[in-house]
Amino acid sequence: MPALLELMGVKKSFGEVQVLNGVDMTVKSGRAVALAGENGAGKSTLMKIITGIHARDAGVMRFRGEDCHFNTARQSMNAGIAMIHQELNLLSDLTVGENIYLGREPVNLARRIYWPEIYDQAEGWLKQLKQDIDPRAEIGTLSIAQQQMVEIAKALSMNAELIIMDEPTDSLTDIETKILFEVVENLRDSGKGIIFISHRLRDIFDMCDDLVVLRDGAMVHQSPVAEINENDLIRHMVGRELSDRYPYVPSQPSETRLRVTNLGAAGVRDVSFEACAGEVVGFAGLVGAGRTELGKAIYGANAATAGTIEIDGEQVTIKSPSDGLKYGIGYVTEDRKLEGLIQAHSINHNMSLTGLKRFVSRLGTINKTLERQAVTKYMDAFSIKAQGIDATISHLSGGNQQKVSIGKSLIPQPRILILDEPTRGVDVGAKREIYALINELKGQGLCILLMSSDMPELLGVSDRVLVMSNGLLTGAFSHEEANQEAIMHCTLAGLSQGNTP
Amino acid sequence: MNAMHIKQFTLENIPLIGLLLLMFFVAMINPNFLTVDNLLNVFRQTSINAIIAMGMTFVILTAGIDLSSGSILAFSGAVCATLIAANVPLIFALPITLVLGAALGAASGSIVAYFGVQAFIATLVAMTMVRGGVLVFTGGRPISTGNFDVANTFYEVGGGYIAGIPIPVIIAGIVFVLCWYVLNHTRLGRYTYAIGGNEQATKLAGINVARVKVTVYAISGALAALAGIILTARLESAQPTAGLGYELDAIAAVVLGGTSLTGGRGRITGTLIGALIIGVLNNALNILDVSSYFQMIAKGSVILLAVVLDGRSKAST
Repeated sequence: MPALLELMGVKKSFGEVQVLNGVDMTVKSGRAVALAGENGAGKSTLMKIITGIHARDAGVMRFRGEDCHFNTARQSMNAGIAMIHQELNLLSDLTVGENIYLGREPVNLARRIYWPEIYDQAEGWLKQLKQDIDPRAEIGTLSIAQQQMVEIAKALSMNAELIIMDEPTDSLTDIETKILFEVVENLRDSGKGIIFISHRLRDIFDMCDDLVVLRDGAMVHQSPVAEINENDLIRHMVGRELSDRYPYVPSQPSETRLRVTNLGAAGVRDVSFEACAGEVVGFAGLVGAGRTELGKAIYGANAATAGTIEIDGEQVTIKSPSDGLKYGIGYVTEDRKLEGLIQAHSINHNMSLTGLKRFVSRLGTINKTLERQAVTKYMDAFSIKAQGIDATISHLSGGNQQKVSIGKSLIPQPRILILDEPTRGVDVGAKREIYALINELKGQGLCILLMSSDMPELLGVSDRVLVMSNGLLTGAFSHEEANQEAIMHCTLAGLSQGNTP
Repeated sequence: MNAMHIKQFTLENIPLIGLLLLMFFVAMINPNFLTVDNLLNVFRQTSINAIIAMGMTFVILTAGIDLSSGSILAFSGAVCATLIAANVPLIFALPITLVLGAALGAASGSIVAYFGVQAFIATLVAMTMVRGGVLVFTGGRPISTGNFDVANTFYEVGGGYIAGIPIPVIIAGIVFVLCWYVLNHTRLGRYTYAIGGNEQATKLAGINVARVKVTVYAISGALAALAGIILTARLESAQPTAGLGYELDAIAAVVLGGTSLTGGRGRITGTLIGALIIGVLNNALNILDVSSYFQMIAKGSVILLAVVLDGRSKAST
């Protein structure tokens, strides 16, 4: 039996930049292939070539034994290739069924849409995935994990033989990830081929059969997953040894910087905790457990409805982000694109935005020399790779964007730094740089609150781990005590405790 | 490398190149176009639209729009004419009128900023209500600036010259320098761009987005009032129908100048050039004796061409 998909010597360049330099890759039916590589290794370009969004410059692509040249995404879809993008392509105001059959609604002779069929069939596909999702529900009311299932159902309904998933677990919690794994297992058993792109190495080892590693536009490794270990995989990806994934430095005991007492806000109930200067406090929990909401309430982006916040022993009232800034809180959002950075503006203007006050003379004029000095300092310190200080944000990789985001929150020189999912969508090398950065800031006496869904990261970086569940704080562990099972237990503890406000 | 620089420069300065090409063609067809007198005339005719358009630029940079400029122009003109006719000295009459315009702009800005009403709707409401206010205030009749001495001084604001340069042109020049300074060298300017680029991110950066928005609409209102003063001064009376449709010319100038209607990107220099393109075009069609009916079609076509070309060049970068 021929392989489902075969690529040989695929090349692609944009202008003078050679993005793919002769990539070979094989996907067999009934196997999940992990595609690993740092940001900029050429993974997304390769996927765009497979799905017909870009044309290749050279090389052969065979799908089900036939040579193919797709010119549009529609052609690859018709041939049986479906791609589930990291940013899901669903319309949030339409129902599940409408989304699955969008653009190919069954109609009767009078061109009237035959709704019962849409919903019956949609339900059938979801059942096949063992998902209990109402096909009449609006997409906007579903969780990200459920929306992903809808995307997979859509792919199945189009008779896709090859399903490509781009960072599917990035916004999922551990439990949701498990459900996804089961679904992938079923797909595999029914003979579908799967390409799985992930920055999370654990996902690769847990669920993939084969592995392809890209580096600098070339395939540098291809083997069954069983034949490789984590360290070798990282070595292939970055081309060098990363000795220690989580360089943990114990914190020095010091005075309490932040004391939160009985804090209530949208999605947060009665949360009390303390954090010290020079300490990293990690927050674990499922998506929707209230970690983001807690961070936003402390910073002032969400209104607190109850409780008190004390900073360095002084009670403060924080009603808006500008209050948060005033009291020395820095905030790095989990959503760089939507609420973090201005994609069309420069690094300089983005990074200085929060702390612009610091560069203004008494007449209200921005001192551009001071501004550029400060931004350049952070660019150098964080080794941000870009074509200079005026490079546009949208041209940067995820890791570099994240560093700009962190720099932006540091320019006002905060006493407390809230980091919400700081390594989401960031490649292995950049992740490690961000951990080193966190350690350095901690060493400088910053109090850091770290919200992360990446459990090994949370365990590896935090001095203490607090667990949230359903808006409540349900567990607290020291660096030494914290382990995955105990935390997992706590993440579920709040679910029986009524609903969050 | 040099070729790339030229390409880059061309892409970034399409409005300017368009203006120069337009002027070149008009001068070829009619040599009278390039005389100092005619050019000053073009500048004078352009100044009112340019002033409104510069205020509009602030609003559009925040991804908003201001449809009320024409109505605010008329209302401010009527109030100013009334003050002048009552012999109120200019040092009081002019600031009062400007503050009135700013207040009207701030009112629709507040509706946008605090009630979350879309800018199009909020300023459409303002446009209708303020125009209604003008008609009530004037009773539908023109208001003359009267016969006091102050009226003669007032006329100079719209019809006078300093060193041979029309005063409205000088005013537009000063407004340009101020707007350029605010947009490029102050926090307000930076925040204006930031809101249009990503409002949510700007909010989370601790910036009082609502206050910036109100300010931006107030600027637009004040500049519409300034245009109203100049027009009233020149005509020595305020017309209840003054400024009808002026907001659309201003929006056209902003768009011709390369500012994105989705906010966050654009330059005040571009707006000035956009206003000049419209002014030159009007002037050229006049001296070429094209019927005013055809002028509108020609104007529309040029705007369409410019915007399509600009969209193409942006898509290619």
